[in-house]
Amino acid sequence: MKNAIEIKGLTKDYKDVRAVDNLELDIREGELFALLGVNGAGKTTTIKMLCCITTPTSGDALLNGKSIAQNSDAVKKIIAVSPQETAVAPNLSVEENLLLMCGVHGFDKQKSRQRTAEMIEEFNLGGIKKKKASKLSGGWQRRLSIAMALISEPQILFLDEPTLGLDVIARSELWDTIRELKSKMTIILTTHYMEEAEELSDRIGVMKDGHLLAVGTAAELKEKTGEEKFENAFIKLVKGGAR
Amino acid sequence: MRRMLSFANRTMKEILRDPLTIGFGLGFPVILLLLLSLIQANIPVEMFEITHLAPGITIFGLSFITLFSAQLIAKDRTSSLLTRLYTTPLRATDFILGYLLPIIPLCLAQTVICYILAIILGMQFSVNIIWATLMNLVPSFFYIALGLLCGSALTEKQVGGICGALLTNLSAWISGIWFDIQMLGKVFMRIANALPFIHAVELERAMAIGDFEAAIPHLWWVLGYGVVLMVIAIMVFLRQMKNR
Repeated sequence: MKNAIEIKGLTKDYKDVRAVDNLELDIREGELFALLGVNGAGKTTTIKMLCCITTPTSGDALLNGKSIAQNSDAVKKIIAVSPQETAVAPNLSVEENLLLMCGVHGFDKQKSRQRTAEMIEEFNLGGIKKKKASKLSGGWQRRLSIAMALISEPQILFLDEPTLGLDVIARSELWDTIRELKSKMTIILTTHYMEEAEELSDRIGVMKDGHLLAVGTAAELKEKTGEEKFENAFIKLVKGGAR
Repeated sequence: MRRMLSFANRTMKEILRDPLTIGFGLGFPVILLLLLSLIQANIPVEMFEITHLAPGITIFGLSFITLFSAQLIAKDRTSSLLTRLYTTPLRATDFILGYLLPIIPLCLAQTVICYILAIILGMQFSVNIIWATLMNLVPSFFYIALGLLCGSALTEKQVGGICGALLTNLSAWISGIWFDIQMLGKVFMRIANALPFIHAVELERAMAIGDFEAAIPHLWWVLGYGVVLMVIAIMVFLRQMKNR
């Protein structure tokens, strides 16, 4: 299978701190890859570099063949991000938020209307489309946030802690949404919830102190650590007790 | 162009849908004009004559525009929405113009409302008021640049203090809107003359009475400050965008 992302020696230094250290990783096309790690592991910095928000200190990554270091404009046309916190314009309605994303991607009026209508339909936003984003519940805001990311039909989608702070029902609904997206595009997910990574991902990468400690399916990581529960496998990997 | 206009449209909506912007930005200058005209009606003071007062109030009102635009930019900087937008094909120029362009009609609307009220309160209408309204774009440029600079360099809380308190007070007290600066002595006068606020007011007053010759030196002061400030503001904005 073709690689959607090829990370080559990606490194990021912040003054005296090396946030990401010589990261090497390939992510396959159509794969849902989860990046796990404790706080400060380098997950968010890695995502920021892949999304061209932060410039790498050294190294590069190719996203569908486009370099983040050399051709960030081309990369930005094929990716979308749903950031950690809900990234919506609070004083704009649901519909206006979606139209805003169409506009910043350069869609003409007709395509903007069409894609907005499709997203409203797909994410069941019809009943609240005229409501200001600031008036929505956390779950609906997160759903809108993901719809805004998908409106440009990205080839690669970054979901940074998509279910953080959501209640059980809202999280379960969002998991269903993410499952539906699987295989339609390459998805990179960061999360602190072990069960989320295990439930949704094809493969999982565990990071610590800017290094990638292990990569594999949940089953492979459990086998590697000799643990039955994935959470214990993760703890063992991070604490350095893996075989 | 479409990308920038979409972002500008969002900026405009965010500002217009904030009731404080409308209340202070458009309402406060109107209230000031009414109050000072009322004082003038009871205790006539030359400074409060409507022809003298109205141009100054149009300038004072712009300091609120600086405050609101700076607040929006500072707030955006801490939001995830801007993180999301940084990952889209929007370029730095789209962001800068998207923040700046929607402020211009707000400045114009504020100026037009002030002059309409001034005419109702007795200011003689002449074509000079139209020139003064258009010339107000130059001080607007300065205040918009100041908004971009403060919004890019300060936190939302700092913007409230620096633009909300310091700038509005500077704009109010050393611009000669309500009293003659000469009353405060030579040192204060020198400081006031070295800053753009008094020149913006004098520029507007000269335009409103059709004294274009008197307007020219003040125009250079305000334009000079505006251009320098805009260059610095763009550099600071680009730097914070890169460092995000």
